[in-house]
Amino acid sequence: MNRADLETMAQREVQRQQTFRCRILCCASTPCLSSGGSAVHDAIKDAIKEGGFDADFQAVATGCMGPCSRGPMITVQTSGGEDVIYEHVTPEASRQIVAHHAAASPAPVEYILPGDIPFFAKQKKVVLANSGFIDPERLEDYVARGGYTALGYALREMTPETVCREIIDSGLRGRGGAGYPTGLKWDMVRKARGDRKYVVANGDEGDPGAYMDRTLMESDPHRLLEGMAIAGYAVGADQGFLYVRGEYPIAAKRLERAIRAAERRGLLGSRVLDSNFNFRVDVRIGAGAFVCGEETALMASIMGMRGQPVPRPPYPAQSGLWEKPTLINNVETLGSIAPIIQHGAAWFAEIGTAKSKGTKIFALAGKVDTTGLIEVPMGITLREIVYDIGGGIPDGLDFKAAQTGGPSGGCIPAAHLDTPMDYESLRALGSIMGSGGLIIMDERSCMVDVAKFFMEFCMDESCGKCVPCRVGTVQMHHLLERITTGSATAQDLETLQDLCVMVKETSLCGLGQSAPNPVLSTIHYFLEEYMAHIRDHQCLAGVCTLDQAPITELALV
Amino acid sequence: MSVVTLTINDELVSAQEGETLLAVLHERGIDMPTLCHLEGLSERGGCRLCMVELEGSSRLQAACVTQVQEDMIVHTHSERLVKYRKMILELLFAERNHICAVCVMNGNCELQWEAAKIGMDHVRYEYLNPDLAMDASHERYVLDHNRCILCTRCVRVCDEIEGAHVWDVMGRGANSRVIIDLNQAWGTSQSCTSCGKCVQVCPTGALFDKGATVAEMEKQHNFLRWILDGREKNVWSYGK
Amino acid sequence: MNKLRFATAWLGGCSGCHMSFLDLDEKLIDLAEKIELVYSPIADVKEFPEGVDVTLVEGAVANLDNLRLAQEIRARSRLVVSFGDCAVTGNVPSLRNKLGVDDLLTAVYHEGPGRHPTGGDAIMPRLLPKVLPLHQVIKVDAFLPGCPPDAERIWIAVSALLAGEPVVLEPSMRTFG
Repeated sequence: MNRADLETMAQREVQRQQTFRCRILCCASTPCLSSGGSAVHDAIKDAIKEGGFDADFQAVATGCMGPCSRGPMITVQTSGGEDVIYEHVTPEASRQIVAHHAAASPAPVEYILPGDIPFFAKQKKVVLANSGFIDPERLEDYVARGGYTALGYALREMTPETVCREIIDSGLRGRGGAGYPTGLKWDMVRKARGDRKYVVANGDEGDPGAYMDRTLMESDPHRLLEGMAIAGYAVGADQGFLYVRGEYPIAAKRLERAIRAAERRGLLGSRVLDSNFNFRVDVRIGAGAFVCGEETALMASIMGMRGQPVPRPPYPAQSGLWEKPTLINNVETLGSIAPIIQHGAAWFAEIGTAKSKGTKIFALAGKVDTTGLIEVPMGITLREIVYDIGGGIPDGLDFKAAQTGGPSGGCIPAAHLDTPMDYESLRALGSIMGSGGLIIMDERSCMVDVAKFFMEFCMDESCGKCVPCRVGTVQMHHLLERITTGSATAQDLETLQDLCVMVKETSLCGLGQSAPNPVLSTIHYFLEEYMAHIRDHQCLAGVCTLDQAPITELALV
Repeated sequence: MSVVTLTINDELVSAQEGETLLAVLHERGIDMPTLCHLEGLSERGGCRLCMVELEGSSRLQAACVTQVQEDMIVHTHSERLVKYRKMILELLFAERNHICAVCVMNGNCELQWEAAKIGMDHVRYEYLNPDLAMDASHERYVLDHNRCILCTRCVRVCDEIEGAHVWDVMGRGANSRVIIDLNQAWGTSQSCTSCGKCVQVCPTGALFDKGATVAEMEKQHNFLRWILDGREKNVWSYGK
Repeated sequence: MNKLRFATAWLGGCSGCHMSFLDLDEKLIDLAEKIELVYSPIADVKEFPEGVDVTLVEGAVANLDNLRLAQEIRARSRLVVSFGDCAVTGNVPSLRNKLGVDDLLTAVYHEGPGRHPTGGDAIMPRLLPKVLPLHQVIKVDAFLPGCPPDAERIWIAVSALLAGEPVVLEPSMRTFG
């Protein structure tokens, strides 16, 4: 296949889609599937068949549409009309919906979610532009929306050097959390000497409550493959690995299918788009270790070894997989590549703030009216996300804090609701952008309990290689446990803080280095809550049991 | 090989390019506590005792996995570093059941000695007292998980020197355990050559000769040097 | 010259540290000139007295009696020293920590050899859920590790305490075990 063939494929698919009067898009992403999405999809197909609408109705299983707590979601596209979005769709409701669009019977209004609500209006879809609109299992759907044209353009019109330049100019930074400039990383790998080089997509997303990467892989797998292929061309790699966590079977299956489809059409594999560029991609599935999201542990896992980090330097850019220069990018980072090449670095750099360009996907979870997956321009305030996009805190309660960056991040209290969401501002507050987990808490959350939750997570996920993380997390968890059960003394809080700083500074990898963050950040903003537990045996949020006493008080009884 | 110049504790020092910082510190006679490091084995960087401060870097670095560089400015014994080393040793003593008084390695143990050297004279953390097993199924050696600090010297020496790779680690975090073959009783291992290298490199009483009782176990590492000199330099001089 | 009011106490331990203390031999005579022994297992005093200058505490905190005495000692002593590994680390008494208290009592007294005591609760002070080192229940001013610390270690530590100096031991003098 060459660029002209690609164009033809796109046109044919667009024409085919136009033959349908009505396209019913059913979300087949994990959240909607778990709330009954496949039954809805089946019911729609049945209703189309039974009504004899096969010629002008099409039921499409798509990726994520966003407001996951309102699922199962469907979107109905009618020729010439506006899209209509339905929420909480049941199989019964889906029959009504088909009937309505077929015969103009009254619309089942109770299921309609207006398309102009702030949840949609305040978002900007760049990476997720196709998500919810295409069938992730059909290459043609992706191509019809301009898929693989960026790769074709890069291969014909650009040199590896200019591709790297373009990514540098776009200002794109790593979406996995650390925010390292992507273009610089690419250029380093490009310049690194090695007879072979590798590209790795890190899809080992593990923060509790976060599912940005899963959604992207499930909803638009070809975008990721295109991004990887462009990366491969730019750095001089002919092999890519897609590391998908074991808990994401649907993503892995769709990616495998997408790879095969792309290889069959000459969009991956040998002589990509009739150029001299060869690029194979293989999927590697993780076995359930959070630490494998850390790049050196991830590479060890790909090479078939125990998934444990090794000290850096050397960085993967110099010596990665099988000691060859290796480019590792987060899935979302790679998802941003095709639009940058397609629309240009300047276009991308217009979105966001001075230092944080583009958009960021967040998994909005916790105590907001609408939870789900959102993509927003960098620099949007937390307030806009919570109150406009999320629709505010339910039950008339007050916002207490938001946790960004999951177990590696920190909390943002109400006083900082107007903070712009960008790398630097979040860091200044003692939190991090992280990979995109965003958990909203109201006054019913106890911040000590929240810190304990994340510490328990880190303790369970510590790989055990370095002492500070392996044992430090256990001891920090013990101390938090003491505070929440009421057996802590004032000395324990001091011991805890001391330990936090030591573990942060001496741990081998990012997991240990960031594990104390939730504790440090909650102590920073909510010290009074810690003190109330220890001094007054009181949990202001009413979460902790506090039914024990310090051992030293035993003798007094 | 070219020479690099660096500053260690305010003193100008020259070193061979490619050397680790830890090797240079040892050459200079600077006492650096180590537990997972053992000359002759690959570096692991896991115990974090040899952490140093590098000027211009916000992160502490483990000297065993840091290569010397021109103009590097190193501090090895700042107040912060000594404090952290003590804390790390405290964590290790609290993790498993290190009861020196009844240990076969009492008096010869590297963990015990590192604690004494640095003045770690009490543990502020809660002793975890895990319920751990011993494996005395091998005819000559015993494995006692109660004393294991997961330095993985046994794993590395078996893999890198003996070439048998009997040992490995299973589980993660505080549940990590060194295991034999596919987590089986040592006596049933068919890959173990009974060479005893793992026992000799173990810094604590986790591996010892069967029959040794309290304070009777002593270990020798010299064989590593002999083997490596032989393999790498073709020099075979035993007994030094 | 006022003599230093000196005490030694015995919590959950084997008394080996006190035996080692007696190994001071002729130095005990020098010591007797400088101190007044106001409380000790080797002196017949029932109540821990007020206004003690230095107390060496042997043994871990294993039961409620140990805990009460430790707190009394802290309240009435200017300096408290963890004397030996049991006080410093929990040592051998803490080997029971991996077992539950109830299981332990059943195994030792009920299923163990010989006749088991009857009327248990009144005789035996309540065991703590875990045996703890002294500094985890009271503030401790100095640590003298060893199982037992030999007479030389004890003498260096005691000499420093008598001179009103901080206890500083050479590395070889501060090993556990």
